[in-house]
Amino acid sequence: MNNIELKKLWKEYGDNVVLENINLTVKAGEFITLVGASGCGKTTFLKMLLGTEKPSRGQLLLDGDPIRDEPDADRGIVFQRYSVFPHLNVIENVMLGVELGESRLLGRCFGSKRRKVRAQAQEMLELVGLGHVAKQYPTSLSGGMQQRLAIAQALIKQPKVLLLDEPFGALDPGIRSDMHALILDIWQKTGITIFMITHDLTEGFYLGTRLLVFDKHRIDPDNPNRYGASITFDIPVADTRKSTLDDISNTMKQKQETL
Amino acid sequence: MKRLINQQPSKAGKWLLGALPFILILLVYVVASNERLAVNPNDKLMPSFEAFGHAIHMMAFEPSKRTGDYLLWADTLASLQRLGIGVGISALISLIVGILIGIIPLMRAGFAPVVTVISLVPPLAILPILFIIFGLGEVAKITLIVLGITPFLIRDVQLRVMALPEELIIKAQTLGASTWQLIVRVILPQILPKLIDAVRLSLGSAWLFLIAAEAISATEGLGYRIFLVRRYLAMDVILPYVVWITLLAFLTDYLLRRLSLYAFPWQQNEGGAK
Repeated sequence: MNNIELKKLWKEYGDNVVLENINLTVKAGEFITLVGASGCGKTTFLKMLLGTEKPSRGQLLLDGDPIRDEPDADRGIVFQRYSVFPHLNVIENVMLGVELGESRLLGRCFGSKRRKVRAQAQEMLELVGLGHVAKQYPTSLSGGMQQRLAIAQALIKQPKVLLLDEPFGALDPGIRSDMHALILDIWQKTGITIFMITHDLTEGFYLGTRLLVFDKHRIDPDNPNRYGASITFDIPVADTRKSTLDDISNTMKQKQETL
Repeated sequence: MKRLINQQPSKAGKWLLGALPFILILLVYVVASNERLAVNPNDKLMPSFEAFGHAIHMMAFEPSKRTGDYLLWADTLASLQRLGIGVGISALISLIVGILIGIIPLMRAGFAPVVTVISLVPPLAILPILFIIFGLGEVAKITLIVLGITPFLIRDVQLRVMALPEELIIKAQTLGASTWQLIVRVILPQILPKLIDAVRLSLGSAWLFLIAAEAISATEGLGYRIFLVRRYLAMDVILPYVVWITLLAFLTDYLLRRLSLYAFPWQQNEGGAK
């Protein structure tokens, strides 16, 4: 199933063309990594997926419908920093998403409902390896643990797409490889579509099933903003999921049968 | 020898250095007071500590001959009540208005200019208007405090709300929060400790407006008493009252700080209330 489609999508600020004529189809469950020089529009691209920026022209579809032009629970996000709420402890951070859905008025659950939500959140914390710090406040956690928490917090809403904006950019190399293992594990377990911006090409190749490079096709030296960036490379990488392999063998089988 | 900027006082040294200015001020007072009293034993400008003790005893521990009240405590109660109600109302208004104009652009467009203009009106200049409208009772005095500090508090809350990281606001929306839920679950809890900080800063002005209002029209209150006994040059009452007001102001500030740390433990690693 096609999860996300971009048709002739442009983004301009006045005369400044940021993205030009982007066409892209992303199937549900792909892990897309986005790389490119700074200022090449990959963040703008992510913001459009998130809903904080609107395309100037063209279409951006999520499951066949135009994507909402404000953030909602369909799209989870993890930023490089400030992704978790400092006034809530670890487990409350994860519970928040569920509580907001359960109680429109107070955004807070009580009694047996609260215990149920807490159990659900605890399960999610175990998944990201934070079960032992449920009662601590985020400010007492390391950067890597805060990002784990941010991921758990986003996942509990079961979004259709998970957007990661350089989530591991500020982490030490050792921690970073732990986080790689974690995100791959989560992606395989949940089958969620992931878009991840990274500055690290190796990371992009290692994590993604598909690597998109944003760059300008044309450059006008006298007017650098005249032309926008588009996707210059769309590289399928390291897609070793069973479903993909099945897809391939199925198509091959079909071909064989028709022959 | 280390550079001056790298030298830290020891714990005892810190206390000593902190106490030194107080001791010096006291010393200067005692010397000057003694000199004046030696020339004129009836001097009223710089009473001796004995005279202070007598005045304090009379104001605090003996019922007034006219009303039967213990004046210091009656004055304190009246003043603190006005201050508490005034500051409380201001905090509540500024919390609601500040959050709304901080987070909702339509509200900001509508109300921010009028708040800015109101905050530029000198409150004391409209005190006569308040007395005309509300009479000489409690309402006028409390209204002066409210008018005096609310615009400052509103603008502070608004700026604090706008300074919250954009990421948190977006994150809450991706968790499905409506505007209302965003306010009650994310903004309000993060702004409350900052409101307490702002209230601490505004207490000085609140006392100013309180004493100004009491000086003009009241029958009891710390400010009223000071301006009443001024007619008799009663420095032996005025100075202890000033010290007492200072002490009350210090205590309120201290209690608010403790409250902030106690009620919002999450800010301890954040460099919050200090």
